[in-house]
Amino acid sequence: MYKIVKAEKLADKIYLMDVEAPRVAKHCEPGQFVIVKLDEKGERVPLTICDYDREAGTITIVFQTIGASTEKMAHLKVGDYFRDFTGPLGCASEFVNEDIESLKGKKMLFVAGGVGAAPVYPQVKWLHEKGVDVDVIVGSKTKDMLILEKEMEAVAGNYYPCTDDGTYGHAGMVTTKIEKLVEEGNKYDVCVAIGPMIMMKFVCLLTKKLEIPTIVSMNPIMVDGTGMCGACRLQVGNEIKFACVDGPEFDGHLVDFDQAMKRQQMYKTKEGRAMLKVQEGDTHHGGCGQCGGDE
Amino acid sequence: MADVLKKVPVREQDPKVRATNFEEVCLGYNKEEAMEEATRCINCKNAKCIEGCPVSINIPGFIKEVKEGNIEEAYKVIGKSSALPAICGRVCPQENQCEGKCIRGIKGEPVSIGKLERFVADYALENDIKPEKAESMNGHKVAVIGSGPAGLTCAGDLAKLGYEVTVFEALHELGGVLVYGIPEFRLPKQKVVAKEIDKVKELGVKFETNVVIGKSTTIDQLIEEEGFEAIFIGSGAGLPKFMGIPGENANGVFSANEYLTRNNLMKAFDPSYDTPIAAGTKVAVVGGGNVAMDAARTALRLGAEVHIVYRRSEEELPARVEEVHHAKEEGIIFNLLTNPTEILVDENGYVKGMKCVKMELGEPDASGRRRPVVVEGSEFEMELDTVIMSLGTSPNPLISSTTEGLEVNKWKCIVADEETGKTTKEGVYAGGDAVTGAATVILAMGAGKAGAKGIHEYLSNK
Repeated sequence: MYKIVKAEKLADKIYLMDVEAPRVAKHCEPGQFVIVKLDEKGERVPLTICDYDREAGTITIVFQTIGASTEKMAHLKVGDYFRDFTGPLGCASEFVNEDIESLKGKKMLFVAGGVGAAPVYPQVKWLHEKGVDVDVIVGSKTKDMLILEKEMEAVAGNYYPCTDDGTYGHAGMVTTKIEKLVEEGNKYDVCVAIGPMIMMKFVCLLTKKLEIPTIVSMNPIMVDGTGMCGACRLQVGNEIKFACVDGPEFDGHLVDFDQAMKRQQMYKTKEGRAMLKVQEGDTHHGGCGQCGGDE
Repeated sequence: MADVLKKVPVREQDPKVRATNFEEVCLGYNKEEAMEEATRCINCKNAKCIEGCPVSINIPGFIKEVKEGNIEEAYKVIGKSSALPAICGRVCPQENQCEGKCIRGIKGEPVSIGKLERFVADYALENDIKPEKAESMNGHKVAVIGSGPAGLTCAGDLAKLGYEVTVFEALHELGGVLVYGIPEFRLPKQKVVAKEIDKVKELGVKFETNVVIGKSTTIDQLIEEEGFEAIFIGSGAGLPKFMGIPGENANGVFSANEYLTRNNLMKAFDPSYDTPIAAGTKVAVVGGGNVAMDAARTALRLGAEVHIVYRRSEEELPARVEEVHHAKEEGIIFNLLTNPTEILVDENGYVKGMKCVKMELGEPDASGRRRPVVVEGSEFEMELDTVIMSLGTSPNPLISSTTEGLEVNKWKCIVADEETGKTTKEGVYAGGDAVTGAATVILAMGAGKAGAKGIHEYLSNK
């Protein structure tokens, strides 16, 4: 059992929790993820690591409610437990093994979309602690949905918030901000983009044109997360890669996003229905005429 | 008087009934049936059956006790060699092992050793007969990686010798392939696997779940920081193989590992569990091994029409005869001498069919089996919504890539001595699928036993 020591709502449908998991906290690096399982009957849910405290033995997770399992997780409070918490899984970001001096000579751009700010944060923080300052763009639909702003500002070299509806920071998609920064004369050696697949796809289309090598972090459907099931397979260039053991970070210019997005839809209807069941509780069988009464 | 040349028949669930449930297919012997079957054993002086058993159970010894109705004694005889008899009695390929060597088999049917073992083990589980513990601890700490058949056997044997053993399991449940791979209808999880693991716990073995060795910690850290003096790696097979044909990433194409893990480990067949499974309505399982049969029979129980697509003929099917027989009884359709060439995908990315070619058998290849050759112009299409690839696995590199000095062979399997499990790294032993590639439960148990012996010799002489 893994105890929750902090639980906060960051924005609509977005939650942050600190969880006691000493083995994970001791070994995790930026770029890796965990799998959590709420209870006996829950799913194994892969989540990115937002922060870690090696001494306290805690991991910070951030998640958005998208299905039955995450919806149930949102109700957890301080003092509650996850039945299972496994990790760190996947490979650390490439820069973790790079020479710090050579990293200092590079100009890096991080682009986060929505909850993607959570996995971007520990990367930017790690680099900041090593004396490498990077530019960070964080995009969200609207001001209220922007998360981890204070934290990100404290560790970013330049911090550029964007909102789709123009309620805060740069008005428009993150891609328009990238274009603007490049037009202003910024020359980036590498871009790291993490967010919804559709965002990563469009960032990659742009950075390919701009000739900026781009790393993305993929979040396909997973079951075990240790390489056993192959549910998370992706087409990367000419190869099939397993996001859980080969990734989750890949060369964004080689990833087949269209296929990955289709694969992500696999259980969509079922998950959606399962979520409705949770939200509507006893009133669920209201004769919607859609679900056939079996859900 | 029953025909002495034939086995006492074992009761099974009716195929029509069982095709719609996940209850166990084989119901096993009761005491009378077991005692009657036991009289068929002629207690050979030079018992060939023991030679056929990878863990060398004293088979005539335990059958003699069954014959006399001393089931508890029979359990003790088996317990000297095997920590998991209820599991082995169900999933061992006895026809090629103990029963394959039985003298009775020359003129008639061999003694039903597997069913007798199962009866004795189930009796012990039901009557809570405790395994015999070590008299005293010897003060040495050993870590076992993986709680599948190899790891459980190794841990059980070492605990009986007085070692302080901790088993590390990557998943959230104990049992490895016994839990995620083999379906409920062949091996009940609560009634058999969990209870048999409880027996290993009663020996004093500690278990820690959710620890992925190579990620959560490493072999070197277990030795240097946590004080383990020896390690046994029984981490299992690993990454599923795919064919490399077009359309394989379509929605509705699964590895058998994924399909079975969703159903067995995550219990997707039970609607009260959250993990979904796309059961499919018309399913093809590509492959002919035991895992393919398990996946096919699972899909059938989830309501699908199921085809086994295999490129060789029935004779070459690697699955156990009993599994093929059960699958046919339940209504699985066998498309033999058939090989897929492409998976057909609809505009939304879902499977809509599979292009196949007919095969014929040519000259024997390196494996001694006749090589399948494509029949010219035989291409045809099958209409399907689900394809399950059951083509075997390749080793998981998580441990080998994070352990200094641990040699792997060209297939990326860990190099280990067959007799002792000794690897190229001091104090580290290995066995089971991580060493041999995908094999059987009992071979993994044999390797776990060898590893325990190797570790005992190593720590005794240190």
